[in-house]
Amino acid sequence: MKKIIVFTATLLMSFNVFANEGGTPLKQNVWSFDGMTGTVDKQSAQRGFQVYKEVCSSCHSLRLLSYRNLEALGFSEAEVKTIAAGATVKDGPNDSGDMFDRPGRPSDKFAAPFANDKAARAANGGALPPDLSLMIKARPNGANYLYSILTGYENPPADMKMNTGMNYNSYFPGKQIAMPQPLTDGRVTYQDGAGATTDQMSRDVVNFLQWAAEPEMEARKEMGIKALLYLAVFTVLFYLAKKRIWSRLKK
Amino acid sequence: MAENKKKSGETRRDFIVLSASAVAGVGAASFAWPLINSLNPSADVLAMASTEVDIAKVEKGQAIRVMWRGKPVFIRRRTEKEITEARDVKLDELRDPERDQDRVKKGEDEWLILVGVCTHLGCVPLGYQGDYGGWFCPCHGSHYDTSGRIRKGPAPRNLAVPPYEFLNNNVIKIG
Amino acid sequence: MSVSEKTGIKGWIDSRLPIFTFLEHQNEYQVPKNLNYAWNFGSLAGIALVIQMVTGIILAMHYTPNSHMAFDSVENVMRNVNYGWLLRYTHAVGSSMFFMVVYLHILRGLFYGSYKSPREILWFFGIFLFISMMATAFMGYVLPWGQMSYWGATVITNLFSAFPLIGENIVTFLWGGYSVDNPTLNRFFSLHYLMPFVIFGLMIVHIVALHVHGSNNPTGVEIKSEKDSIPFHPYYTVKDFFGFGVFFMIYAYFIFFAPNYLGHPDNYIPADPMVTPARIVPEWYFLPFYAILRAIPDKLGGVLMMFGALIVLFFLPWLDTSKVKSGVYRPLFKVFFTLFTVNFVMLGYLGGKPPEGIYVILSRAATFYYYAYFLLILPILGKIEKPLAVPLSISDAVKK
Repeated sequence: MKKIIVFTATLLMSFNVFANEGGTPLKQNVWSFDGMTGTVDKQSAQRGFQVYKEVCSSCHSLRLLSYRNLEALGFSEAEVKTIAAGATVKDGPNDSGDMFDRPGRPSDKFAAPFANDKAARAANGGALPPDLSLMIKARPNGANYLYSILTGYENPPADMKMNTGMNYNSYFPGKQIAMPQPLTDGRVTYQDGAGATTDQMSRDVVNFLQWAAEPEMEARKEMGIKALLYLAVFTVLFYLAKKRIWSRLKK
Repeated sequence: MAENKKKSGETRRDFIVLSASAVAGVGAASFAWPLINSLNPSADVLAMASTEVDIAKVEKGQAIRVMWRGKPVFIRRRTEKEITEARDVKLDELRDPERDQDRVKKGEDEWLILVGVCTHLGCVPLGYQGDYGGWFCPCHGSHYDTSGRIRKGPAPRNLAVPPYEFLNNNVIKIG
Repeated sequence: MSVSEKTGIKGWIDSRLPIFTFLEHQNEYQVPKNLNYAWNFGSLAGIALVIQMVTGIILAMHYTPNSHMAFDSVENVMRNVNYGWLLRYTHAVGSSMFFMVVYLHILRGLFYGSYKSPREILWFFGIFLFISMMATAFMGYVLPWGQMSYWGATVITNLFSAFPLIGENIVTFLWGGYSVDNPTLNRFFSLHYLMPFVIFGLMIVHIVALHVHGSNNPTGVEIKSEKDSIPFHPYYTVKDFFGFGVFFMIYAYFIFFAPNYLGHPDNYIPADPMVTPARIVPEWYFLPFYAILRAIPDKLGGVLMMFGALIVLFFLPWLDTSKVKSGVYRPLFKVFFTLFTVNFVMLGYLGGKPPEGIYVILSRAATFYYYAYFLLILPILGKIEKPLAVPLSISDAVKK
């Protein structure tokens, strides 16, 4: 009976099969944030933010984050103020009843490149560049998926018919993606002097987006270790207590 | 002998049961803390705890109103007459005695910054009205003077002065 | 047995509302002394319910049930509310833990014949509880207003259109409109807040019914004398606490290290009525019933068979004709029961697969076995099986 229970329990919970639907198997990486003690590489994430700011943000919003969140990546309060002030944010209505632009403040959410989805589509040939705040969590094996897409652009095979305006990327469902290759070698000049290869930039962006999607991750894992240790002690103590109390019955 | 053994056996068992229960209690308390703390102001609310205000355009004898932590804040640039009037008042005439000098920043005496919430029951008083040149609260008739102090009517205390500082000549940070 | 005379404040309260007498009685409550760990799942279900209610009520303080703001309010909980991520993940993982524990609790009942006389009504209230849980979980999943929330709600509410004549009207009534939209979300929030209190009430009745005849036990033989039983406290209180420890360790692992493993990535995409996800899948605990639904080619047939899979459980006390309660002494029954369990797990697996090819065939076979087990196998088995010797009493069985 016990065996059946353990078997059933494990099996019943393993139903999360999200198969890679006929696409190329994703490139697998070891990320610094993997595992029970994984953390986000802050240096890499800062570079990733630079890539986002200089390349991605012209089309992709990051609307769930506020500029003040960047302090968690190691930017100082002053640096965050400067970054925020570099952005233009809509506010209002003013006393004339009009909406107006003003420089961003740390408490503002990240400014979006387009006023709304329709404007985004109009500027991108009908395709909607998705918001990136949760992208890592919104795709199965999100980190490797994003890395694969960013480094996976190549020429389509000879027998492939490409739709107008689409680009070939075998890691994208359907293999045709509206976004042209965003990252090429040297696209960005890193402030910390690191070499800006496509591979490096892709890794940095993934680290940044991982943090953006799960800013609580490190605190969560830390708390988890403490919780599991505490619970192990709790369980052992109560097991011993149970044995003690039940030993009364033998008498 | 057997009795001693039994006693120590019992003590050991009780100790384990006691420590197990204590550990359980600690666990319950440490789970309760995040639940309770989640009701405290969240990060986005805390981020709005301070407001910076540009006061460059406020002229002498003029006042503006801004929002801070969901409440109105009066920023009045007082005239010399208003300041003198405030400072001439004898302290024992006041229900809530406070010197005007203690309600403004040294060297910036013309700037009076007050939380615009009547200390009676919370209505927003009207500026440049009432018998003392300050504010008048229409709800129950409280009169405040040019230092925001209660002079007449049911309000018990002076209008509150929020924490603020001058970041430079044109910008103050409230909160 | 006389109750001790209470004096002072205790006595004053007790003579007006006998809570202390009640608690004393519970302390002396007798339980079979041979219960194994399969009997831990009831208290685990109770703990899971309390945790869902506490985390849920606090989450409700930060959640906005409006279709334009729901998704963002959940992300606000995750990012800005102090320990909000902990509350949200505890609640989401907690739903899975609750169902896991209840499935195992039901499995225990099925194997040991706990549904048999005189515990039929206890069993009925168990089924009511299970159905209420499913309704609550279904509505709860809609609240974050992700892609799976929206489309899962659309698919399942659309099922009611299968009913002839009134079907479409029922669906419009449920939706409060012409598609799943803000009115649907609002009423689901209200009902999702309500249902756990209904569940709590049903749980009280479930426990009262239990206490009338006491727990079943692995032998299936009722308590005959004092030698067969022990007081619940401290024996089963301490055993339950050990069970809590194991339960919380598994629970904590998921919350802190794999919080989204049991969920679906598509629910991190805001709901879009224009775009249907490649595969609409409910949470894992619904998959067996989802498989039954899709196994039948006819829409109404599928709906009836899916609901029927739950209804058939009500008849179990009479469908199982065996005079022997516990599966321990029923060797042939054990075989079919094991097959039933494996079959149910397989139904769950199939529920997550696309309804094509071999999966359809297997789903139909598995659905057939599910029904055959209750309607054919158990009735016949009771009549033809040769059970092993059932012990004369619990203490007899324990002595061996």
